[in-house]
Amino acid sequence: MSEPSTEADVMIRFEDVVKRFGDNVVLDELNFTVAPGEFVTLIGPSGSGKTTILRLLMTLEQVSGGKIHVGGECLTHVRRGDRLVPADEKHQRQVRKRIGMVFQQFNLFPNMKVLQNLTEGPIRSLGLPRAEAEARAHELLELVGLTDKVNAHPTQLSGGQQQRVAIARALAMRPDVLLLDEVTSALDPELVAGVLALLKDIANTTDITFLCVTHEMGFARDVSDRVMMFDQGQIVEDAVPDKLFSEPDHERTRAFLSAVLERG
Amino acid sequence: MFDNLSLFVSTISQGLLLTVEATLGGIVIAIVLSFVFGLAMLSKSRTVRVLARIYVEIWRGTSEVVQLLWIYFALPILIGYRIVPLLAGIVVLGMNFGAYGAEIVRGAVQSVPKAQYEGAIALSLTPAQRMRRVILPQALVEMVPPFNNLFIQLLKGSALLTLITAHEMTYQAREVLIQRHIDQAGLIWTVVLLFYLVLAILITTGMRALERWAARLVGRKPSQRRSLRSMTFAAKSHAPGGGL
Amino acid sequence: MNWDWNFFWDVFPDVVSDGLLITFEATVYGSVIAYLLGLVLALLRRSPVRIVRGVTWAFIEFIRSTPLLVQIFFLFFVLPDIGLKFDPLTTGVIAIGLHYATYAAEVYRAGIEAVPVGQWEAATALSLPRARTWRAVILPQAIPRVLPALGNYTISMLKETPLLLTIGVLDIAGAAFQEGSERFRYLEPITVAGILFLVLSYSASLLVRWLERRVGTVH
Repeated sequence: MSEPSTEADVMIRFEDVVKRFGDNVVLDELNFTVAPGEFVTLIGPSGSGKTTILRLLMTLEQVSGGKIHVGGECLTHVRRGDRLVPADEKHQRQVRKRIGMVFQQFNLFPNMKVLQNLTEGPIRSLGLPRAEAEARAHELLELVGLTDKVNAHPTQLSGGQQQRVAIARALAMRPDVLLLDEVTSALDPELVAGVLALLKDIANTTDITFLCVTHEMGFARDVSDRVMMFDQGQIVEDAVPDKLFSEPDHERTRAFLSAVLERG
Repeated sequence: MFDNLSLFVSTISQGLLLTVEATLGGIVIAIVLSFVFGLAMLSKSRTVRVLARIYVEIWRGTSEVVQLLWIYFALPILIGYRIVPLLAGIVVLGMNFGAYGAEIVRGAVQSVPKAQYEGAIALSLTPAQRMRRVILPQALVEMVPPFNNLFIQLLKGSALLTLITAHEMTYQAREVLIQRHIDQAGLIWTVVLLFYLVLAILITTGMRALERWAARLVGRKPSQRRSLRSMTFAAKSHAPGGGL
Repeated sequence: MNWDWNFFWDVFPDVVSDGLLITFEATVYGSVIAYLLGLVLALLRRSPVRIVRGVTWAFIEFIRSTPLLVQIFFLFFVLPDIGLKFDPLTTGVIAIGLHYATYAAEVYRAGIEAVPVGQWEAATALSLPRARTWRAVILPQAIPRVLPALGNYTISMLKETPLLLTIGVLDIAGAAFQEGSERFRYLEPITVAGILFLVLSYSASLLVRWLERRVGTVH
């Protein structure tokens, strides 16, 4: 059983979340919410905890303290009688099915063709029949502009193409939430724009809630509904892009932005 | 059931000395041959390389058992002299594992980054100095884990000397004990296995210490993780010793 | 020089016809056992249950560090006592397979660990069940990489099959020894055996090197 959320219009809630790696406290009693359909970008220096937040949502890491809620269900804990105990793998898998992730290194399965990469999740996790999964795959390949690559091997594709397939693969699961972990950082500069344009398109045409970690400030400014500046595991500033990028309140934000934007 | 245990242990221990002698003798010869032929395979001279390669392929490609039987039973017919079992054993173990060891040395030397060679050339070191002062010390750390396995293989190989009537531990168990205590065969062989296990642990302990010394020599910490790469080059050398 | 060519050609066909098939059988069956059991052991080594991991590790280390010859004797004497009356070849095959399974386990382990962690993470992101992740994502990437190493172990097994002559199996070496003991002249028969093993293992190693090249290009 899961703990019902108190607000109807919260898709993601981090409640007093603590994450420790050994002695290193990466997230310290973090609290924030994300509304359904919102596009939130996380910026900040390396090690500030931004990627950890994504990894916690994707259950690639476990919280050291606090709770995470997704779409009204508690990801990290279940109710046993009148107590809350840490959730087991099965429960986390269930809740996790609503969340998709696109990785910096694409992580396509090299031993499968593109089509099978796209249908694997829907068939094995969602239990879709093969015909439906394949129809969905074709639809998404058309969306990302790679219809002709349906039978190609990932190793035959360029970085930009692989990332677009990875995006299609995540979308094939029809997620409520999509996590983007520095998805253009491993791409040749000339391929970055194509992927970002695709993401912007998806963000504008679907109800998916986005949580995005990126160094592409232009993209962040253009597409986000909200930007959160992180430093040392804390949210330093949380505002709409126009405000945060032109007139940041916080000194730390200003310092970070001037360093990053100067390098162009 | 355990009343005869001390008899078993003492009988088997009578073979211990020969086992240790065969193993150590084989190790010494194997080390020497590994470096000689390993470096020979990297020689500039094609003839030297080919000759070394032939040696390696012949000794690796034939069965140890057959080699032993040949040297003990067949060679005397050819040359007219008998060979003492221990000596025959040491020669075969040394030559055989020297061939595997040559691949280890070759692989380790080749794995030293090219930049090191170039640095040494830039300092105008002679090839011999280059090898001795720069390349080999760095290669040594890489060599130790595969050699550890190889030496344990060699130890296990010493058990084969029973086939040529050397009175090492396996011989003691088989010829002396099994004849008279066949109903306790399981226990007897278990004791034998434990003896070998202890010797193998001793070898590994020694080699770990050697690895630490070799790493200190080049200011490095020896790596803990066993990589697929280092394993495939040890396995490539057909060394039956697998996991590093 | 005491070499007798007549005797050499005399025993050659006998050694080949009697021994070759047995040698092949021992090598092939031993390899099958080693490859399958090795994978099982490798997976057990990754079990979340600590005791399973520990016992598997101890088992692997014990078998790897002790002589195959002694293990052959052990099984030869002990199996009948517990009711398993196998013929010598079967006992030998089990011993060889078991011994080399422990080597194969380490090879599989390294292959599995070489699969990039991102693959595991992508499988998690798609909520694939664990068994499916192993079957469809991890093992298909781990196993091709380790085939050359496994191939080399088959060659090693080939060369250790002569140990079975000690329990009465007439493989190439056993047949050679028998021929030799009939006429009290071992030189030529054992030389035949030696040459045969050389030819067999060299051809097999060429095969393995070809395999290495093929597997290398896939990834």
